[in-house]
Amino acid sequence: MAMLLGKKVGMTQIYDESGQMTPVTVLLAGPCTILQVKTTQTDGYCAVQLGFEDVKPSRVKKPEEGHAKKSGTTVKRFVREWRFPQLPEETYKPGSQLDVKIFSGVQYVDVSGVSKGKGFAGVMKRHGFGGMPASHGTERKHRTSGSLSGHGSDRGHGGNLKKGKRMAGHMGMDRVTSRNHKLIWIDEANNLLAVKGAVPGPAGGYVEIRTAKTKK
Amino acid sequence: MKKDLIDAVENKSRKKEIPYFEIGDTVDVHCRIEEGGKTRVQVFSGIVIARKGRGMNEMFTVRRIVSDEGVERTFPLHSPNIVDIKPLRSGKVRRAKLYYLRERSGKSVRLPKRHSKHTATT
Repeated sequence: MAMLLGKKVGMTQIYDESGQMTPVTVLLAGPCTILQVKTTQTDGYCAVQLGFEDVKPSRVKKPEEGHAKKSGTTVKRFVREWRFPQLPEETYKPGSQLDVKIFSGVQYVDVSGVSKGKGFAGVMKRHGFGGMPASHGTERKHRTSGSLSGHGSDRGHGGNLKKGKRMAGHMGMDRVTSRNHKLIWIDEANNLLAVKGAVPGPAGGYVEIRTAKTKK
Repeated sequence: MKKDLIDAVENKSRKKEIPYFEIGDTVDVHCRIEEGGKTRVQVFSGIVIARKGRGMNEMFTVRRIVSDEGVERTFPLHSPNIVDIKPLRSGKVRRAKLYYLRERSGKSVRLPKRHSKHTATT
């Protein structure tokens, strides 16, 4: 297992020797500082708290500063935990740094980020509904969901809709994980990772990069 | 900064030198093709009617007439399968996309010759 925090730089495409083109997302990954090591004795679970990218000193809040001081580092902008079932204690120390080297040998990664905001979206865009016919007497109802409930589907709900009925509403700005990106390239000099395909969020958005959970 | 980082990845497969050619040029495109386990170089020659995309994404379209039928192929500029591009003749054109050639046949397909440095020697 390996995990790093990073930033989406953007997308491009690369060719291999046979001329096969691969679309890749470039991620600036790390170096991440370990801000805290949590153990079962002290916190009830095992984790390593990672921090990525410095904050301008004038914008730092006092409690954050105190927290960072404990590990002898500076305040970080993007902080996330890397959970373990059991902590391999010697390897991770507060104040030490992790960089893209921990991904060497890894074939596939999962990438989590906050997706691009889509605003108030209708059911066709938000949930992939089919909409209504374009013609045959349809008036002003082309992109609606149709009827919301029927006797069979809402049985036992006392005339109300079932909770969680999919409707129009705010879309995007959610935490999204896209899985099993092939790790194409690791650039140790620039702390870059190139992964196949698109990852959630805008260019410049913060992402978590983990070894793939399912695909090995 | 963003540009530099993307460059770092692209430089892996970016071509160092790309022959200079323009819209309206008649070119020979030397492309590597695999055939029954063997690779050989095939030449496709015609008029460059479009270049689109930026950087690593750049593509160009070459049109030629094969037995009275127009044939167009679009190539990725940076693909390693495009071994060479040789501009042979420059054409006098007034736009960046020569899609109007698709509606033409016979004599009117030909572009008037233009003298240009990059095709002067050939």
